[in-house]
Amino acid sequence: MSKTVELPRWIDVGALPLLNLLLALVVSGLVVLAIGENPVEVVEILLYGAFGYEEAWGYTLYYTTNFIFTGLAFAIAFHCGLFNIGAEGQAYVGGLGVTLAALYLDFLPFPIMLVVAMLAAMIFGAAWAYIPAYLQARRGSHVVITTIMFNFIASSLMVYLLVNVLRPEGSMTPESEQIAEHLRLPFIHDIAAALGIKMASSPLNLSFVYAIVISVMVWLFIWHTRWGYAIRTVGANAVAATYAGIEPGRFIIIAMMISGALSSFMALNEVMGVQHRLLIDFTAGYGFVGIAVALMGRNHPFGIFLAALLFGMLYQGGAELSFEIPTISNDMVVVIQGLVILFTGAMEHMFRPRVTKIYTAWRLRQDAGEAA
Amino acid sequence: MDTFQLIILLLDATLRTSTPLILAALAGMFSERSGTINLALEGMMLGGAFSAAAVAFYVGSPWVGLLAAIATTIGLSLLHGFACITHKGNQVVSGMAINILMSGLTALVGIALFAQGGKTPALDKASRFQPITFPGAEAFADAPVLGPIYSELLSGHNILVYVAFVAVPAAWWVMYRTRFGLRLRAVGENPGAVDTAGIGVVAMRYRAVICSGVLVGMSGAYLSTAQGASFLQDMTAGKGYIALAAMVFGKWRPFPALAACLLFGFLDAAATRLQGVVLPGIGEVPVQLVQALPYILTVILLAGFIGRAIPPKALGRAYVKER
Repeated sequence: MSKTVELPRWIDVGALPLLNLLLALVVSGLVVLAIGENPVEVVEILLYGAFGYEEAWGYTLYYTTNFIFTGLAFAIAFHCGLFNIGAEGQAYVGGLGVTLAALYLDFLPFPIMLVVAMLAAMIFGAAWAYIPAYLQARRGSHVVITTIMFNFIASSLMVYLLVNVLRPEGSMTPESEQIAEHLRLPFIHDIAAALGIKMASSPLNLSFVYAIVISVMVWLFIWHTRWGYAIRTVGANAVAATYAGIEPGRFIIIAMMISGALSSFMALNEVMGVQHRLLIDFTAGYGFVGIAVALMGRNHPFGIFLAALLFGMLYQGGAELSFEIPTISNDMVVVIQGLVILFTGAMEHMFRPRVTKIYTAWRLRQDAGEAA
Repeated sequence: MDTFQLIILLLDATLRTSTPLILAALAGMFSERSGTINLALEGMMLGGAFSAAAVAFYVGSPWVGLLAAIATTIGLSLLHGFACITHKGNQVVSGMAINILMSGLTALVGIALFAQGGKTPALDKASRFQPITFPGAEAFADAPVLGPIYSELLSGHNILVYVAFVAVPAAWWVMYRTRFGLRLRAVGENPGAVDTAGIGVVAMRYRAVICSGVLVGMSGAYLSTAQGASFLQDMTAGKGYIALAAMVFGKWRPFPALAACLLFGFLDAAATRLQGVVLPGIGEVPVQLVQALPYILTVILLAGFIGRAIPPKALGRAYVKER
């Protein structure tokens, strides 16, 4: 076999993912062309809708918050070599935890409730992830299938609870009671107003700040703690991990539970921050977007932040788009999401051999030049 | 209505609800026995359903619609294969990508073509698969016991229902009694050995995903041009995943998978009829529990509490020829 040179880091984690992303966007553009619209105009409306005015920024960052949480959730399981497709169900059940805490412990003052709600979300989300995790670690059932099944089970369970248990008496809509006003997460525009800064109102709330803090904590956890090291070792090679004295099963369960807890933080944004009650299907597919976000961000918190911002932009801009061009609905964003997962996730190796070849040829010529 | 008639009606509905599951579960089996995970059943089914309804509407023939559905799903299977077999991409990720892509694309194209909020226009009788009445079904209808079984339960379904039930023994025969089937199972268990025997692993796996595409295309067409009369946004509603669960429940084998599909189809048919029904001694049955049962049962099976489900050995691993 011919000699190859290892790719430098900037190509490996920078140029290659960008090339794949670009391809996904080009194909999205072709889809727009195929349904008879102008891709340039679509991009303009998308960008204007996402960043063009002050309110849009708030909406974009509000969506970003959800995607940071679900992206981090997917990433941490991925570092352990697991595909957690169940963020949707875990966040849904996490929402139940937040709602129950806010409805039944409504005598608590806000700062204490903030901690209690976080804990409730974590416990419920982690518990929902625990069963597939246990089955993977101890009984060898494949976590992909079980987490998909658990999404459906969560969905049925929540419909049952919302219709039969949580629905206030006399109400016809299957949703929980509103949570008390003093227990809601403050909106960023309210905080700004209190500080004397005028901001357009948007659903952006305190949980965005929390998402940033959590991102840093996840980064520290994965790369600077013993458990993080163990999780990465299990993900890289479970057999080697065993020889190093790390029990894979234990860390599979830990990684999945943290993953479940992280995805359930999305409920803080949705339930405590924006909707102020538990709605049917409030997760709205954000859990699945997390897969795209994590893959695009190369499972690194900083990359995840950038990817989450991109998807936040697509979601907010997409809403504007369906408003401006009636033939293009929000589904365009779902198409882009699918293409991004396809090209940056499933076909991530597509360009690698070719790029390696070109880079090798270039390096060899350079070396030859230096030698001469 | 007496109990017997109720049972006949329930079983009749079971046949209808399990048909798309059977076709899709067999599709999953072909792909997975050759070593390629197929989570994309849901998205492929959706794509097939859309193509069938859209083309049947324009052409006015369900058969052309069926061909369009199969062409679509073969195309998607080749895309899945291109990502997973050729480029050795992650099979789970590719499957999820196709599911999400099709969920958006079918709605988007539907709106662009028909401007009905993602639906396709309702199909008239000529562009749908019609029920087939068996000879003498009406004459025998009044005969005791066997009459209703023959005329209500067995007769009066559309062609795709019968195709699904014939497809099971056919798939078994292909899988276990032909050279093709033997090789297909071999690349799913030990691709290295197959390669050593001089058979191309990549070509074999591509053939398997194409078989998978043909079958899942039929299940999609069934939803929109046989059971229903138009395409509705996200009309598969998890049926692809239930079929996947049925395949796992059937331990990747045709007849057990058929049994699982019938069980899951029965639960589905029963759930609609149990809405608000109070059973003596149990009280009102939570419909959601019945709906969730296929998933719960599959998890219990996977946990190894009802026998053991052992997937093909090379499932999920791209074949790397050694150099």
